[in-house]
Amino acid sequence: MRYSLLSVLQQAFKGQRDWTPQWRDAAPKASYDVIIVGGGGHGLATAYYLAEQHGIRNVAVLERSHVGSGNIGRNTTIVRSNYLLPGNVPFYEKSMQLWERLEQDINYNAMVSQRGVLNLYHTDGQRDAYARRGNGMRINGIDAELLDQDQVRAMVPFLDFDNARFPIQGGLLQRRGGTVRHDAVAWGYARAASDRGVDIIQNCAVTGIRRENGRVVGVDTTRGYIGAKKVGLAVAGASSQLAAMVDMRLPIESHVLTAFVSEGLKPLIDTVVTFGAGHFYVSQSDKGGLVFGGDIDGYNSYASRGNLATIEDVMEGGMALWPGLGRLRVLRHWGGVMDMSMDGSPIIDKTHIEGLYLNAGWCYGGFKATPASGFCFAHTIANDAPHALNAAFRLDRFATGAVIDEKGVGAQPNLH
Amino acid sequence: MSLALDRATSAAAPATSPATLQPFRTAAGGLIDRSQPLPFTFDGHAYTGVAGDTLASALLANGVRLVGRSFKYHRPRGILSAGSEEPNALVELRTGARREPNTRATVAELYEGLETASQNRWPSLRYDALSINALAAPVFAAGFYYKTFMWPASFWEKLYEPLIRRAAGLGRAAEAPDPDHYDRMHAHCDVLVIGGGPAGLAAALAAGRAGARVILVDEEATPGGRLLAERRTIGALAGTTWAGDAIGELRAMPDVRILSRTTLFGVYDHGQYGAIERVSDHVAVPEEHAPRQRYWRIAAKRAILAAGAIERPHVFGGNDRPGVMLAGAVRAYINKYGVLPGREFAVFTTSDDGWRTVADAVAAGARVVAVIDSRFEVRAGLTQAAVAAGARIMLGAQVIDTAGRPELAAITVMSDAGRTETIRCDCLAMANGWNPIVHLDSHLSRKPVWDARISAFVPGGLPGGMTAVGAAKGQFLLSDCLDGGARAGAAAAADCGFAAVSPPPYTTDPESDAHEPLWRARAGRGKAFVDFQNDVAATDIELAHREGFRAVEHLKRYTTLGMATDQGKTSNMAGLGIMAELTGQPLPQVGTTVFRPPFTPVAIGALAGHHRGQDFRATRHTPSHGWAEANGAVFVTSGQWLRAAYFPQTGETDWLETVRREVSTVRSAVGICDVSTFGKIDIQGRDAIKLIDKVCANAFASLPVGKARYAIVLREDGFVMDDGTVTRLGDTHFVMTASTANAARVMQHLEYAHQWLYPHLDVQMTSVSEQWAQFAIAGPHARDTLRRIIDPAVDISNEAFPFLAAAAITVGGGIAARLFRISFSGELAYELAVPAGYGDAAWRAILNAGASYGITPYGTEALSVMRIEKGHVATAEINGQTTARDLGLGGMMAKKKDFIGRLMKERPALIEPERPIVVGVRPVDPNDRIRAGSHFIGVDVTPGPEADEGYLTSVAFSPVLGQWIGIGLLKNGAQRHGERVRAYDPVRNGDVVVEICAPCFVDPKEEKLRV
Amino acid sequence: MRIDCPCCGLRDNGEFTYLGDASPARPDGMDASPAAMLDYVYRRDNPAGPHRELWYHGAGCRSWLVVTRDTRTHDIAEVAFARDAARARDAEKAVP
Repeated sequence: MRYSLLSVLQQAFKGQRDWTPQWRDAAPKASYDVIIVGGGGHGLATAYYLAEQHGIRNVAVLERSHVGSGNIGRNTTIVRSNYLLPGNVPFYEKSMQLWERLEQDINYNAMVSQRGVLNLYHTDGQRDAYARRGNGMRINGIDAELLDQDQVRAMVPFLDFDNARFPIQGGLLQRRGGTVRHDAVAWGYARAASDRGVDIIQNCAVTGIRRENGRVVGVDTTRGYIGAKKVGLAVAGASSQLAAMVDMRLPIESHVLTAFVSEGLKPLIDTVVTFGAGHFYVSQSDKGGLVFGGDIDGYNSYASRGNLATIEDVMEGGMALWPGLGRLRVLRHWGGVMDMSMDGSPIIDKTHIEGLYLNAGWCYGGFKATPASGFCFAHTIANDAPHALNAAFRLDRFATGAVIDEKGVGAQPNLH
Repeated sequence: MSLALDRATSAAAPATSPATLQPFRTAAGGLIDRSQPLPFTFDGHAYTGVAGDTLASALLANGVRLVGRSFKYHRPRGILSAGSEEPNALVELRTGARREPNTRATVAELYEGLETASQNRWPSLRYDALSINALAAPVFAAGFYYKTFMWPASFWEKLYEPLIRRAAGLGRAAEAPDPDHYDRMHAHCDVLVIGGGPAGLAAALAAGRAGARVILVDEEATPGGRLLAERRTIGALAGTTWAGDAIGELRAMPDVRILSRTTLFGVYDHGQYGAIERVSDHVAVPEEHAPRQRYWRIAAKRAILAAGAIERPHVFGGNDRPGVMLAGAVRAYINKYGVLPGREFAVFTTSDDGWRTVADAVAAGARVVAVIDSRFEVRAGLTQAAVAAGARIMLGAQVIDTAGRPELAAITVMSDAGRTETIRCDCLAMANGWNPIVHLDSHLSRKPVWDARISAFVPGGLPGGMTAVGAAKGQFLLSDCLDGGARAGAAAAADCGFAAVSPPPYTTDPESDAHEPLWRARAGRGKAFVDFQNDVAATDIELAHREGFRAVEHLKRYTTLGMATDQGKTSNMAGLGIMAELTGQPLPQVGTTVFRPPFTPVAIGALAGHHRGQDFRATRHTPSHGWAEANGAVFVTSGQWLRAAYFPQTGETDWLETVRREVSTVRSAVGICDVSTFGKIDIQGRDAIKLIDKVCANAFASLPVGKARYAIVLREDGFVMDDGTVTRLGDTHFVMTASTANAARVMQHLEYAHQWLYPHLDVQMTSVSEQWAQFAIAGPHARDTLRRIIDPAVDISNEAFPFLAAAAITVGGGIAARLFRISFSGELAYELAVPAGYGDAAWRAILNAGASYGITPYGTEALSVMRIEKGHVATAEINGQTTARDLGLGGMMAKKKDFIGRLMKERPALIEPERPIVVGVRPVDPNDRIRAGSHFIGVDVTPGPEADEGYLTSVAFSPVLGQWIGIGLLKNGAQRHGERVRAYDPVRNGDVVVEICAPCFVDPKEEKLRV
Repeated sequence: MRIDCPCCGLRDNGEFTYLGDASPARPDGMDASPAAMLDYVYRRDNPAGPHRELWYHGAGCRSWLVVTRDTRTHDIAEVAFARDAARARDAEKAVP
């Protein structure tokens, strides 16, 4: 059933009787043209774009748990395209453009809300670094504004401007940035892909990747062997485990990032704000909770929980930035396990094994990339060659030196 | 009769003489002090409670039963519970900067003058305009918003979302900074007991008697747990007396600490626990110097989880009406607070303990009109009190609806035969079994397991060092709580090396925990709520099932079940139970949601502690800070350091004017700058030079004693990590400097290289950054100035002490010092290091010595101007994205030795000729100003991705050239000197044509620094 | 998390700085191949399970430590001075 105000009203009178499952809970067939491993945002988006853009509909998405159980449902919902380096800029802008029409594309309200993303600066050096970034964005046709202190104060007057250890000097604002309701992205893509013929197979963990004569022929799963002409891996957080099945060692470590939500509050803050003198960023959800976070814990982890040192650091950043937070309460904190790559940028590429494709290394920036990641990965799989937008996200860039290191911290994943 | 009374008291409480009017206060009993009246207000009405009340008990005592509105439908809500699980009774506590939204009235202790208000309603609690939402409830089903509001796209931000945001949210945050402060404590103990109910007290007693260091944390003002809420006996004592005695004994033990008003909110790895002590929340304003709350970080060898259990509501039509309460809460209000939550009670139970409510209510002077038990048979004797009270006993029946406007006035009961009847009552006590609090033991990702005996989840694999006891383990009988607690306490103490004696078994009054769960009652007309706060009804769970959201996480996220401020403490189980019925699965197969910290919401300020405002991070002062501050310096933040940026003199109106003077004075006379913030690492040992050669990319083996050399440190990936100097003070003695920003990192890197990569090298090192104050003395009169403070025996003539010379010398009459002839400014310059304790004196002495030459102190701004004039790279260029080659330092890379980063810097993309390389730039029009962060674009080229050729890293106004100059990174830059490009700066409306030149603007032959 | 530093005892992980996997060994000398260096600098097993890793006790004794920790549970099986582990590693390498 198409979703619309009309269908919602009709069902209100019918006691919601006629709604059907939003996507088919499919059982695996013997084989597919393409198998996407990973029923998170990126995997589901890839399946959707394979069907929608490339007409490849004999596709299965294999999910070890249930749809959207990974980082698509654990992130802090921020979308933006305020990147610095040429390899990243056009890709994330494509993602932004896809967000801007997502709901009409997939007939699902994911609440894309362009409420602005404001990155604060506290020193002249930071200001110049943001100017460099903002100018690069503008050169690429992306909106960016460098605000001075007065302009920031007008937007977010309740921040600490007068007694701060690191006074706010200004900020870099991308008005088109904002937030998106994360779960709805997974569900919306699942529904849209399922409607186009894609099989979404839950509770189906991949246990092996079969090869014959150097090319992929299928995968072993907890629900049996499934043949495939092509296999795409989109399992951020567990990429190394899947790659190990074909003896690949990736330039990736798994780390945990903690996110937080407060109790629900009447509207307080309209934009996304990041603190430039500590690890803290915050926005407010439509439901009223402040959603915030900080830095990763900093050690390899597959346990989706953080520890106190990081939690304290985030709260300290919050109070330093916004002393009115003091009496508001944290409702819940949780961890997500992410692929931290060696240069802080993702990989969307073919592998050296024919028919095997890799989508990995998203660090803590995977959510905003979801549409473009699906778009580019689908293109790479369908054409056996990368799209221009993901041409820089090559697996061999570490050998060639063409790394994309936004933070300039080098081959140390926990610092990105 | 009761209806009329309720309306009169709650709607129009008299504002004039409230002191004694507490119509629902019992005459005696409870752990309150009736002699201490406490006036307070709710929504502007004045009421009076007594010492020992919570806000909830005080409101109930005053007959106020309507206290809040629900999230989505704005349904009238009352008080469900008597504890921290409360989903309904959320209020704004206090006013002004201390306003605390979403505070559970059931845990807020009453104090004199407390001001409270209901929330999420307009214009008033009783007449809430948005209660019209309830009429639209058929539309507002779970997830309806995912299906609409999509057209037209731009209306989301403009119309739909603002409306939704305004309607959503609960309370209003304070609009000012939090005026209170918070404390942070670290504590260590042998045995941590979580929860001070009977099991926890018994555990703490056993562990404490054995001599273990014990910390007992309890949420309430007074530990005791259910003992304070029930009428029980232990041995010959009343339960409350036993608890009081136990607390007294524990308090007398020197190694036992009782933290009351303290919630253990989280369990973290390796025996670490987080707890919040509400030090001052029960008073109007914290006492002077006292924190509002104290965050405890507790490290415990053993932990005993005695957190108790939470009673389950029933799911039936109209179960959210004010007056419908948990049975355990009804007993708590009667027994602990001396408050009758109604006059005519009904009990809807599926468990034996629900029947306890009858006797308690009757004893307090209320009427019990009916007991409805959905079980067909109950234990003989269970009905005794109800029979005696003349209550109707309705076995096999269920409550299916309620009525009242809005407070409860009647219930509809359906018999097993399907016959319905209406029974008047103003309080319905619900008993549907209890859920052990399995939150804390689940924080380390361990899943609870299903216990069919009690139809509830109990702790599964526990975190290391933790045991569960009592109700938290699913043992609901008091005797089991006491005996299990005592055994666990003794065992935990024994694990920590204390010999413990198990006490003899406790004896209690007769008890029974028989129970048959009822996940939802038969359908009635009204909405049957599962999650009260988020307005998730049983029909929403049916819809989720219909739409395929059957996995427990899907159910939760699609319907928002369990995502409100109570995190589903009273709702998750019913949700699972209904989904189990719908899918035909056994309940445990539906799964459990993952419990995450904190157990109850925690104030952000408490977790941040003192780290706010100026105390957010430590502030480091340079040795000359006192002088600089006294002399009007303007400071700049550099990491944790405060450094003098410039030193304005009287009459100077503009920072640029000051900086120009400082630079000109240095270039023409002499100046002094505090450079103590640089990292200084003392390296000694036979193999010191070998280690330095591994860590630095340029060659050092040939460095003679008494010489300093510029040093470049690479990361292993071939990019530049930092630059500094290495000085050979003796054959096996070196001192290495690092930039201010990278001081700690370079130290760590050196230790890494030594301890991990080259462990066989005979070398030791230590940071001496804090031990030495270091000052740059630069300018044509630098030597003259220096001569006046160094000891006469030291020869610093150009011949004896040429450029890059270094030596240990003495100053001021025998004070050990180090002198380096190095220059960042391009002038004749020295850096003098003295022991930090002499730093201030040395600074003043140098200023005196140079006074006749017109010496000026100069700050980081002038320092930066002069280094840009000289084309020296600094943090803006060494940004982690540049190689030595990019920085024009490629020629210095050693060829004949291995060093960190040697191979990787040669990767193809890093040696491409096109790669941006460091250049100098100056505006073609000398009046133009340029700004760092501008991008280089060809002069007649349209800006676009292909046209982007690099960017300006640093700029300065050069007093020497009389114009703005800069350093940048430009594609193929070395070949483009003389070419013109644009410095394009759209974010600041800048677009300046600049000429590319060599990155050195002053004294390119470097003659000045060698004189 | 707490790490049992062999020099300082049980300390909060906030005192330590993490580096990463301790298993890659730096190819030595002037004759190392770019491929071997690439492997050393960039590629990791990233196991979900026991992991030997390097931590630096920067707010304590400044020792580098090799910690064997399970990345799924954070259970720590062993903590040793990195220098001892490195010497053992080098001694092993020296054996022909």
